[in-house]
Amino acid sequence: MRDVAIIGVGCTEFGELWDKSFRELFVEAGISAIEDANIQGGKIDALYVGNMSGGRFIEQEHIGSLIADYAGLAGLHIPSTRVEAACASGGLALRQGILAVASGYHDIVIAGGAEKMTDVSVEITTDALAAAADREWEGIMGATFPGLYAMIARLHMHKYGTTREQLASVAVKNHHNGTMNPKAQFQNEISIDAVLNSVMVADPLHVFDCSPITDGGSAVVLAPADVARKYTDTPIYLKASAQASGTLSLHDRPDITTLDATVAAANRAYKMAKVTPKDIDFAEVHDCFTIAEICAIEDLGFVKKGEGGKASESGMTAIGGKIPVNPSGGLKACGHPVGATGVKQAVEITLQLRGEAGKRQVSGAEIGLTHNVGGSGGTAVVHIFGRER
Amino acid sequence: MSVPRFWRRLKNLYNLIGTHCKKCGEYYYPPRNMCPKCRRIGQVVPFKFKGIGEVVTFTIVHSAAKDFAKNTPYILAIIKLEEGPHLTSQVICNHNDIHIGMKVKSAFRKLGEESEKGMIYYGTKFVPLADN
Ligand SMILES: [Zn+2]
Repeated sequence: MRDVAIIGVGCTEFGELWDKSFRELFVEAGISAIEDANIQGGKIDALYVGNMSGGRFIEQEHIGSLIADYAGLAGLHIPSTRVEAACASGGLALRQGILAVASGYHDIVIAGGAEKMTDVSVEITTDALAAAADREWEGIMGATFPGLYAMIARLHMHKYGTTREQLASVAVKNHHNGTMNPKAQFQNEISIDAVLNSVMVADPLHVFDCSPITDGGSAVVLAPADVARKYTDTPIYLKASAQASGTLSLHDRPDITTLDATVAAANRAYKMAKVTPKDIDFAEVHDCFTIAEICAIEDLGFVKKGEGGKASESGMTAIGGKIPVNPSGGLKACGHPVGATGVKQAVEITLQLRGEAGKRQVSGAEIGLTHNVGGSGGTAVVHIFGRER
Repeated sequence: MSVPRFWRRLKNLYNLIGTHCKKCGEYYYPPRNMCPKCRRIGQVVPFKFKGIGEVVTFTIVHSAAKDFAKNTPYILAIIKLEEGPHLTSQVICNHNDIHIGMKVKSAFRKLGEESEKGMIYYGTKFVPLADN
């Protein structure tokens, strides 16, 4: 197996992008990643495209071919593969690209993701996202995604004394980080009161506890670590790629407040990278809801189970805190184009490790972690990256 | 959800019929045709649950997907059945009364309505055990 490096990254702005189509979003992100890597399109050996629900959002399947075609790579017959794992589609596309390079099958690979979510009504979007849960045994009972995470939040509050204010502090922190990210959907500060007074979606979660509906695309260029310096002076090295499955339904989880797929993926990743949670300088985690970030920092081992709320409130996860979490603004402020999110997390880690994150730069960033979740925890993908090989 | 897909599950939805593995003794609802513990050596048979359980956690859904938009706000809960398995369902009671640990029993109710096709779903919801 070969070591792998990221040699280029690209990302569109995230938001309600009425004037941009799905294919344009992916191509825009891909081109900026290729330009960042300073390579020619003809060098690309394969494409991996993270996309959750082209079929529901834009009534388009066969996404791999579409993207190869509009990226100008169909004439070269470059293989292109769509990867789907609900909201973890991006993280999984990244992992497929990594496996392709590590195995030696391909040298230069584009791993990206895109989602166009605002062409259909909110009800259809909600229903399409509900397909990430078990349609026959959760969806049919009226389960929505906010509803499932609300049930995690309710039990977390009951078992560990987590407060409504502690949940809100996650959204406040991520909005603050978003003010320093020119690509973020929301670049405004919000207050604890604003979260608590926002519309109730699924009690105890308000609309400001939820990541928004977003259009966006993101991409990275991967290369064998041995040749990465031929392309860039600042390659970012992959230290671990891990994926784990959990039950599809939340109700079948051994502990409703633990995403055990996250625990498994993280443990595999730490072992592979030969690090412990203490060695991680900062992380981009899957905060689809405020409670999700609290569970994530617990399940990734940054704090003990049950202490995520207190840690968030204390400022431990702010930029400048002990372990900055979601310096990009996370899914909450950047927005959550489901297929793109997992790749965008790697884009942020790369910018941070290169020291190119501008105002939101985490000082002394040497090792960063990404954490991408599908559904309520049926899939988890964890990657660890470092400045040094 | 498509009509055949719903009908295939009718007996399970209406009567709370899941499965029981005779090899390891585990109960499953929703039903599984393979026991995840025993896998190929499992002996899975249908099993009718009593329908008595307790609320593990819950939410009140205010913003729903299209088939449930007319029903909001409604209580969605994870319920632990006496026999062991957990399931997701709705609880019909006063919104101020619902709490973690509440004892509930199954009841046959309308689940939802498909906006375009006008199809009405029935199935199992839960009500407080105290109600008779
Ligand atoms: Zn068994």
